[in-house]
Amino acid sequence: MIELDGVSKWFGAFQVLRDVRLRVAEGERIVICGPSGSGKSTLIRCINRLEEHQEGRVVFAGRELGADAAGLTEVRREIGMVFQEFNLFPHLTVLENCMLGPVRVLGMTPADARERAMEFLVRVRIPEQAGKHPAQLSGGQQQRAAIARSLCMRPRVMLFDEPTSALDPVMIKEVLDVMNDLAQSGMTMIVVTHEMGFARTVADRVAFMDEGSIVECLPPDRFFTNPADERTKRFLSQIL
Amino acid sequence: MESPRDRRPPDSRRPSRDAGRSRWWNAAWLDVLQFTVFVAGLLGLAVSGAIGMGYNWQWYRVPEYLVRIVEGELLWGPLAHGLLVTLELTGWSVLVTLAIGLAAALLRLSDSFSGRIVAKVYVEAVRSTPLLIQVYLFYFVLGPILGLDRFWVGVLALSIFEGAFAGEVIRAGILSVRRGQWEAGASLGLSRRQLYRSVVLPQAVPLMLPPLTGIVISLVRNSAIVSVIAVFDLTTEARNIIAETFLSFEIWITVAAIYLAFTVALSVAANRLEHHVRA
Repeated sequence: MIELDGVSKWFGAFQVLRDVRLRVAEGERIVICGPSGSGKSTLIRCINRLEEHQEGRVVFAGRELGADAAGLTEVRREIGMVFQEFNLFPHLTVLENCMLGPVRVLGMTPADARERAMEFLVRVRIPEQAGKHPAQLSGGQQQRAAIARSLCMRPRVMLFDEPTSALDPVMIKEVLDVMNDLAQSGMTMIVVTHEMGFARTVADRVAFMDEGSIVECLPPDRFFTNPADERTKRFLSQIL
Repeated sequence: MESPRDRRPPDSRRPSRDAGRSRWWNAAWLDVLQFTVFVAGLLGLAVSGAIGMGYNWQWYRVPEYLVRIVEGELLWGPLAHGLLVTLELTGWSVLVTLAIGLAAALLRLSDSFSGRIVAKVYVEAVRSTPLLIQVYLFYFVLGPILGLDRFWVGVLALSIFEGAFAGEVIRAGILSVRRGQWEAGASLGLSRRQLYRSVVLPQAVPLMLPPLTGIVISLVRNSAIVSVIAVFDLTTEARNIIAETFLSFEIWITVAAIYLAFTVALSVAANRLEHHVRA
């Protein structure tokens, strides 16, 4: 469903991505880990073109992402994204945050959008927060609201960019539980995270990135017990 | 290396603002008294100066230039007519200023290279030349070319001048919305227009309101400059009355008070609006 083929990107003279190749099938769950600055976030931001790549191809569901702006919004509505800093809209309530995309982009009636929003707020277990503004919620609740906001678009893929890095341990669990549920439901997911427990139990494959390239990409049992590359071993010994 | 700033005694050693509150020389009544004495002194100086130069005050003649009652009918005087023109001029200018400012800000933030250059050159050129010269340029050069009458020349000159400042205010407001907000909106599939409408402007406008109020007030004040191209605004009417009557002190003081009342009313209204938007 997602195909990255020889993707390279530079920030000025600095090369962030080096010839990255990755194929993600429908229903697959990929966890990307690696030291900070290794290009993990940049990589998944290339999938919905929040970052533009300079070489190679990014293909989503048979459509190559290019400079075409109209096609871009079409692709983006099918790709959900969850950010480290939540990025909820502070001037709207949680419910309105969830309704904005369905009403403005999908053209749903407010009544239908409200119904769908409540359905997903129930799924992330914060229906009682619907009428509040984001600033009144805890970090974990905000991140779950952000997940609900993305799900309201009924995306085919969900991208998570370090979704728990700004949270304390109790809240991390709330968010991971919701992500676990989502994985159980068969959602295609690409998750950048340092949560190795999540990677071990949920991921179909774990990719290790270093200096802009994917060093290896293996099923978790092999990734954690028998990685091939020296850099992966060193990273795992530091993090586990 | 130690900078001079580091050698200053720490704040805790300075008397805090509340420390001396109970002393008699910090009492509120003394504060008010000092202010009253200061104002009285100023007024005294002005009056004694005026008496000294033998100025013949004729305040009783002023009201007829505002409003007259002839045979039970209300007739507006030239100052009232002038104020009306000033209001009209300002009203149009505010609308055009906001439109130009928004356009300049959006151009400056756009992806178009030439658009950004045009906006930047406009802002720099307008900010760096005197308004008076711009009004002359519009009146003597652009007006005849475009066939505009002097009222619209005035509106256009004022709007283009203030639009440059409004553009910077709007641009700063838009830029103050964090990047993550744009990205979150874009990742939902919102188009650029929808992003501005639903995500960015609702957050940016409350921040822009106080400086935009400043621009509207400066527009009211700067509207006096159109008197040089003989638009019959408040200032022009005042000059005409003074030319006939030599009531320069009374009329100028009256006109200043009218401008002041107008701008204070605007400030109050803007404050209300701000509370309303933030609530």
